[in-house]
Amino acid sequence: MTEQPNLEARTEHPARPAQGTWQGRADPASPPHRTRRRFLTYLVAAPTLAVGTGLALDGVPPAAAEAVVPTLPAAADLVDLGDVLILAGAPTAHLLVLTVGEDGTVTFRLPREEVGQGITTAVAMLVAEELDVPLAKVRVQLDDARPELLFNQFTGSSNSIRSLYDPVRRTAAAARARLVHAAAGRWGLEPGTLRTEDGSVVAPDGRTAPYGSLTAAAASRHLAALTATPKPESAHRLVGTPTSRIDARAMVTGRQRYTLDLDVPGAKPCMVRRPPTLGGTVRSVNNERAVRAMPGVLDTVVVPTGVAVVAETFGQALDAKNALDVTWGPGTVDGLSDDGIRARLRAATSLPPITLPLAEHLDAEFDFAFVSHAPMETNSAVADVRPDRAEIWSALKTPIVAQQTLAKELGLPVDKVTVHVVQGGGSFGRRLFFDAALEAAQVSRASKRPVRLMWSRIDDTRHGRMRPATHHKIRATYGLGQVLGFDHRVAAVETDFRHGLGEILTATAAKLPGGLGNAGFAQTLFHTTVKSPYHFGVTTQRLTEVPLRMPTASWRSVYSANTRGAEEMLIDELAARMGKDPVEFRRTFLRNRAQRAVLDKVAAEGAWGRPMPAGHAQGVGFHEEYKSRTACLVEIDATDPRRPRVTKAVIAADVGRAVNPRGLEAQLLGGLTDAISTTLTAGLHIDKGLPLEGSYSQFHYARQKDTPPDVRIFVMPATGEPGGAGELGVPAAVGAIGNAYARATGTRPRRFPVNFDVDFTPFPR
Amino acid sequence: MPSHSFTVNGRPVTVDAPDDLPLLWALRDLLGVRGPKYGCGIDVCKACTSHLDGEAVRPCVVPVAAAAGREVTTIEGLADGDRLHPVQEAWLEQDVAQCGYCQPGQIMAAVALLKRTKNPTDAELDAIANVCRCGTYFRIREAIRSAAEKMG
Repeated sequence: MTEQPNLEARTEHPARPAQGTWQGRADPASPPHRTRRRFLTYLVAAPTLAVGTGLALDGVPPAAAEAVVPTLPAAADLVDLGDVLILAGAPTAHLLVLTVGEDGTVTFRLPREEVGQGITTAVAMLVAEELDVPLAKVRVQLDDARPELLFNQFTGSSNSIRSLYDPVRRTAAAARARLVHAAAGRWGLEPGTLRTEDGSVVAPDGRTAPYGSLTAAAASRHLAALTATPKPESAHRLVGTPTSRIDARAMVTGRQRYTLDLDVPGAKPCMVRRPPTLGGTVRSVNNERAVRAMPGVLDTVVVPTGVAVVAETFGQALDAKNALDVTWGPGTVDGLSDDGIRARLRAATSLPPITLPLAEHLDAEFDFAFVSHAPMETNSAVADVRPDRAEIWSALKTPIVAQQTLAKELGLPVDKVTVHVVQGGGSFGRRLFFDAALEAAQVSRASKRPVRLMWSRIDDTRHGRMRPATHHKIRATYGLGQVLGFDHRVAAVETDFRHGLGEILTATAAKLPGGLGNAGFAQTLFHTTVKSPYHFGVTTQRLTEVPLRMPTASWRSVYSANTRGAEEMLIDELAARMGKDPVEFRRTFLRNRAQRAVLDKVAAEGAWGRPMPAGHAQGVGFHEEYKSRTACLVEIDATDPRRPRVTKAVIAADVGRAVNPRGLEAQLLGGLTDAISTTLTAGLHIDKGLPLEGSYSQFHYARQKDTPPDVRIFVMPATGEPGGAGELGVPAAVGAIGNAYARATGTRPRRFPVNFDVDFTPFPR
Repeated sequence: MPSHSFTVNGRPVTVDAPDDLPLLWALRDLLGVRGPKYGCGIDVCKACTSHLDGEAVRPCVVPVAAAAGREVTTIEGLADGDRLHPVQEAWLEQDVAQCGYCQPGQIMAAVALLKRTKNPTDAELDAIANVCRCGTYFRIREAIRSAAEKMG
């Protein structure tokens, strides 16, 4: 433990209030945190990373009685992307900041982004547990960009709880130890005789000292050498129990503040007119004067992505944007449409010649459309750029990369660019990028005023980033009741990972197995996430990327939704070929007991095999990733195959240790809805260089009428460390829904979403 | 510039704005009422759902002039001081919200539904077209049922 004197710490890392308390900046001379005595905890001991521990089990051939052809561990079985991110974050894990105020409030500055996944609640639970304070006393602030955190301010890859579980508990344990020692000093008692309870230190004789009364003494340098160990998990009373969100009340009363709800003085509404094709550029603006004369319009500015209008209200900015007459230059994929893209994907990969001519094989091809992230809050940012400094507010999962990029764009030193991370209205991968922040900064600089920039829904759907389309060729080779080989070739339109992940992978390359560090980022990401959970003999999964300059980004569960979803559908066909029931088949070939346990759970709770009326069917899927595993059983009503509805879902998940089972259930529910949408109805048609879809009336993300009125989710008992959970639910549900639809309709769907007509008149370009 | 007077959450207000300015922007940009959210601007996502004289409307397609002399209630006006509306309470019990962005609109839609019918049918619940991109629909459904029971 090292002591950081308050003022010095303030100077180095001023605690710029995050979202929720940002009004404090209106009076920078006396921010509230300087008027309060408090102490900071900096933890020195970095968490340990046990790379590969316990995973080798998966590679052990099963007992002879099971008689399956074993599959060697894949890269992701040994080191997955989460391990890489934990490794990258470890050197700076001691820079976490926890503060205890004189009122006994505990504030933790979270270097991650909250977009609905519930990490602020889970982290508050960890802090409350370790410090023995009521949850209501814990505040979690989203940290501004802190470049000293290097790779430890990245929110993605289902990694927040995995990477923070240990460091947060250690930080809070260190704070508790200091508070106990401060009380011991006051009372002249041995620290070992004291306990902590309900925000106070308690002496054997019943005397209590509230934490708030101990903060000054606890900040003493004399306590600098203290070491502290987090509680054993067996002593946890809050962690592991279903807990409601700490921000739930703000959300149901309309008090939760998103980027465009902030009152940054003088910041004016701003919207951008975008080109008729992806990546198009501005040649000329032909009616600038007329548009500037429109009611409420303050300015128009050409930026690399289009023409921005600044106005008094968003309504006026939207009218003016629509009134602009712009001559556009060509885009990056003009003329390219779905057919051409699919042809390129199909041509990009092929299965090798059949090598076991005496064995039987099952080949299948699958196609998945582009999908918008479509978060409810469109791309938005507030920017205040001055000649010598800049301040940005936005929902950002990679704020350090955003800060560096903005500094370069604006020609400012990095420390002159303040980047505030604001809680986001959904992400699903979209907010790994900071397109709106960059645009807002460009407009603010050119217009010489602070702006609040918002993308229209149509622009967000058409020009916002999307999940790339993919094509899959899969071959299963089998004979004598065994699966002898499994070969899956994936072709995908290139996914943009230029949000700092490349730097993380480069920095950790030496720790990756099998020379993966030399592979391209996409290859590394594919091979550290995608793996088969089955003993299918010689198993190959390969990715080929087709480089097209389109705005793409990871979408919840990245490659796994399509890759593993397609595999789960092929497995049902394979089971049928081999004369086995889908659940029994999976049980036979899964590699270990934990995997079979979640499958058995849904089969039992969902009454697998119960009789269903004509046009109805059950379907099942399994997925394992990020040290977690899940099974999903759905029932579908496809009596009208054009309007199928998932009527029931039963999900079981084993994430090692759920910090907040209620939050985990929410994530699995969201993953289910994502799978219902992308499997049955939601996708983007690319037509001559632009998506046709422009709003939720056209991009058919599920609504209440499309979702099951009966959902049962089971969280398996804790067995170890927390695994990843945010993306886990999607791939198994994709497989289950595809399988249920196939069984209900007697068809084998190969293209997703299944019902994907252009049933609308597109908006003008 | 025309002037429009109406009440927002019980408070009389007057705004100067073109007649056709959507009420959503009068609320958000001119009056600082930020509970109603923009999600589409064309009455598709329903994120801005609020009440006009007690009926659910989407302020993104209601011209400000149409609000003149009427009562606008947004999510901020639903609770009675610190006492939450039963639908808000049900939302807390079910821990519905994830990102939370659509939830003001979902709650206002649910309150309007329960005003029309004490015991909504499955079809009436299915008819709530508000988009929740986090996919919380099942919890929304459970929350409305629970609120309906308590409101009796």
